[in-house]
Amino acid sequence: MEGYSNKVMDHFMNPRNVGEIENADGVGIVGNPVCGDIMKMYLKIEDNVIKDAKFKTFGCGAAVATSSMATELIIGKTLEEALDITNSTVAEALDGLPPVKMHCSNLAQQAVKAAIEDYKKRNGKK
Amino acid sequence: MFSMREIYLDHAATTKLKKEVLNTMLPFLTEQYGNPSTIYTLGREAKKAIDKSREQVAKALNAKPNEIFFTGSGTESDNWAIKGIAYANKEKGKHIITSNIEHHAIIHTCKFLQKEGFDITYVPVDNEGIINLEELKMAIRPDTILISVMLANNEIGTIQPIKEISKIAKEHRIYLHTDAVQAVGSIPVDVEDLGVDLLSLSGHKIYGPKGVGVLYIKSGTKISPFIHGGGQERGKRAGTENVANIVGIGKAIELATKDIPEYSAHLQQLRDMAIEGILKQIPHTRLNGHPEKRLPGNVNISFEYIEGESILLMLDSKGISASSGSACTSGSLDPSHVLLAIGLPHEIAHGSLRLTFGEENTKEDVKYLLETLPPIIEGLRKMSPLYNQS
Repeated sequence: MEGYSNKVMDHFMNPRNVGEIENADGVGIVGNPVCGDIMKMYLKIEDNVIKDAKFKTFGCGAAVATSSMATELIIGKTLEEALDITNSTVAEALDGLPPVKMHCSNLAQQAVKAAIEDYKKRNGKK
Repeated sequence: MFSMREIYLDHAATTKLKKEVLNTMLPFLTEQYGNPSTIYTLGREAKKAIDKSREQVAKALNAKPNEIFFTGSGTESDNWAIKGIAYANKEKGKHIITSNIEHHAIIHTCKFLQKEGFDITYVPVDNEGIINLEELKMAIRPDTILISVMLANNEIGTIQPIKEISKIAKEHRIYLHTDAVQAVGSIPVDVEDLGVDLLSLSGHKIYGPKGVGVLYIKSGTKISPFIHGGGQERGKRAGTENVANIVGIGKAIELATKDIPEYSAHLQQLRDMAIEGILKQIPHTRLNGHPEKRLPGNVNISFEYIEGESILLMLDSKGISASSGSACTSGSLDPSHVLLAIGLPHEIAHGSLRLTFGEENTKEDVKYLLETLPPIIEGLRKMSPLYNQS
């Protein structure tokens, strides 16, 4: 099997921002257990800026690493900036992913998007 | 890199070549390079070595030497058995019966034949992985030419009732093939006792070299040649023989079948210690496969709420090599067809771990595994959105 980059392994072995946020302002959940990937993303948002992000993931090494990297990329960003993050931004930040694992980075980006949409919905901004 | 304990628990994937086997092979990679088809001494010596290996394999399987054919792998043997019988007997019929937990070497060959106009029935197994004999009987038709059922499964280790299947096949005069790649060396494999017409095995699963396999073809079986060319393997599998590998598989099978009860008892002790320890220490866990009718060295366990590749990466970081039936390790989106066939829901199949023991493993290895695995599972579960800690 094609190996993971050191950065992917680092984010898998020592994931950043694992957990839940109580009273999160937005929560997004994507994927499904049948495919073997589920990501749940929690956001704390103040003045249109992501103050904190935490995640829980059921999935492979790449799924965990992309979740972890996605939280690092969005903390401190405005919602617009966070929405601009694409799956390839996440993959590049991890020094790349094996081709069969690219869908995992897609999932991470979708989880962020879903959490922001949840926040907007709650605040009647949609 | 600091030194770390290294424990290999993936003997169903491959095994380490034995020194004794290597030593018998080396002369044929160096000075004894003759082509076995030539007439001078150098060639005759090579031919003699192949003949000796054929006898060793025949003796191990209780077959006759002229029923042993060397191939390039277990997969090739499976391909040859299925396609060879299909092509040679298509006037009689174009129907083949197999199970839905076969190795891909069988399943993908059958799928290929389906495109060529053959009809395949995939008989289901029960939730411990044993083939349903009633459904097998019901699947038989006047145009059925072959039944192919593996002797032991590579993922869950379930051992199939081949002798009973043989009775059914004989009654209907249908050829019976068995893929014995995982079974040879671990349990007794006697072609007469099993009553099979064709049997596949592989060198590298029995501490022999990679790149060599065997197909046993019972005398009188109508089968097409597999590779066309020169007269090697009695015109059925052409190409200059891989003499060193053939010598290696002969020695390997001789050693592997020397004392099966002792080897099997060693494996079983480790297997049962691992199964018992894991099921006792870790909640939300289930054993996949049959509790007794399973290979002595096979452990296959599902851990709820987590995914297999993550377990493998964590184990690897602690020096343990293992395998899983999760989609991520198969390179597709679906988890193992075997685990789905025994009725596991997708999410449970994704969380499976296969450990297969071998000769060099010890109780110390199992102890280390039982210390290492629980915190890994706990850590991954804490990260899982499916797991409710309470």
